[in-house]
Amino acid sequence: MKNPEEIFKLLKKEFSEIILDLDKETPTESIILVDPMQITKIGKFLRENEELKFDSLMVLSGVDDANGTKTKDEDGSDMISGGTLSVYYHLHSTVLKHKITLKVSTQRENPQVESVYNVWRTSDWHEREAFDLFGIIFLNHPDLRRILMPYDWEAGYPLRKDYKNPEFYKGMKVPY
Amino acid sequence: MALKTETMVLNMGPQHPSTHGVLRLELEIEGELILSVKPHIGYLHRCFEKHAEAMTYPQVIPYTDRLDYLAAMGNNFGYVIAVEKLLGIQIPERVEYIRVIMAELQRIASHLVAIATNGADIGALTPFLYLFRDREYILTLFEMTCGARMLYNYMWIGGLSHDIHPDFVRKTKEFINHFRPTVTELNNLLTFNKIFIERTANVGILPLDTAINFGASGPVLRGSGLPFDVRREDPYSIYNRFDFEIPTGKGLVGTVGDCWDRYYVRVLEMEQSVRIIEQAIDNIPEGDVQSAIPKRIKPPKGTVYARVENPRGELGYFIISDGNINPFRVKVRAPSFVNLEVMGELCKGHLVADVIAILGSLDIVLGEIDR
Repeated sequence: MKNPEEIFKLLKKEFSEIILDLDKETPTESIILVDPMQITKIGKFLRENEELKFDSLMVLSGVDDANGTKTKDEDGSDMISGGTLSVYYHLHSTVLKHKITLKVSTQRENPQVESVYNVWRTSDWHEREAFDLFGIIFLNHPDLRRILMPYDWEAGYPLRKDYKNPEFYKGMKVPY
Repeated sequence: MALKTETMVLNMGPQHPSTHGVLRLELEIEGELILSVKPHIGYLHRCFEKHAEAMTYPQVIPYTDRLDYLAAMGNNFGYVIAVEKLLGIQIPERVEYIRVIMAELQRIASHLVAIATNGADIGALTPFLYLFRDREYILTLFEMTCGARMLYNYMWIGGLSHDIHPDFVRKTKEFINHFRPTVTELNNLLTFNKIFIERTANVGILPLDTAINFGASGPVLRGSGLPFDVRREDPYSIYNRFDFEIPTGKGLVGTVGDCWDRYYVRVLEMEQSVRIIEQAIDNIPEGDVQSAIPKRIKPPKGTVYARVENPRGELGYFIISDGNINPFRVKVRAPSFVNLEVMGELCKGHLVADVIAILGSLDIVLGEIDR
């Protein structure tokens, strides 16, 4: 069992060239910040290293950081440009019983993150959900389709902070 | 001369009694044999997570009831624990005890439905009626406590909505006395019934490494043989004070990780829940259940991931607070959502009739899958 600082040190030793940072400001969890294009490599290392053995991905969550510039649309609704979307990975080891949280941030205009499908198979649906609700593209995901919203939903990504409900969906009025 | 054959696509659901809600399974079959299963979900999607962002922290609680509507107490529990962690507040002992008792009663009620429907799906309708009779007992206990039978909004941040009824302790003990023989009755009726075993043993075998890789939790993971229980691994509330076992699948009548193992883990878990209730029911301390409820709930900036052992597995709430009175982001790690992912793997090479048995043994609730 290791605490987040020890895990961070191990990672830093292995991947010194990739920008990694430990965010300790949050009161209840420590979060390791990772490059979105290196997450597969880091994930594989985390899973296979004898001292870490993170064999289980508890949850993968997309987040709209809403840290870009906010402007008002002509009808008064919020518009956000710039800033980032993030993905959080909560990992757990069923063997060694320790936990860690990873975070990647990607540009809102072109949100791309490597898929961890081949590391933890459970990420399949979680990634589809993050794609569905935030529009984050997971590279190398074999089946990136919408999952909760209708497959032909065209009005964008509902959990983004500047999402606007469409007036009609296939001729049906949406706000009933 | 070889006969030319084609595979056929069969839609099971969305409106089908054995899919436990509105779930569509796209089965690719060759004769009776399953080649692949593609679940299509989202028919119950109501964007709980978006709603939560527009609500204050206490206002989210009734919405959590509607995730896993067969285990609403557990949903409340996970959410309030997460927010309490963010706030960093201490909860009175009395509240902790009552919460644990409620959560365990809810676990029994939920497993009763799981077992009953699993049996009913594959043709054993009689146990269904017996088990719903016992579930009724628990629902009456809940109704006595907070007035609601399914969606309770009972656990509040820092406390409870109502104290327990003066008769609650007596009635709960009555229930335990009544329930113990029911488990034996159930074992005679269904568990060791030859037809039931034929339908479930050696069907839908889930190997342990696949289960972990697919993120399975709860009875689905334990059925594959790993004694993993959040109540033990990552003790929350006061679970570290109680003595209970974690049942796992042992392949008693078939192979480890088959449908029967997942089923039997639930039966054994009900007995363990009874044990926990017995240890807690006589030790409820005196106190005010609402004394620790904060006047103004405005957690500091930060993130929290809190998880509890719901009847269906590990229920996690990932909450980000930006220091306002409403959460910035609430993500639910719904156990059924993750457990259903493995469906495609489990069904390969089985017959169409086995799909029903496998789905029943996963025990999903679409309310929390679609959120």
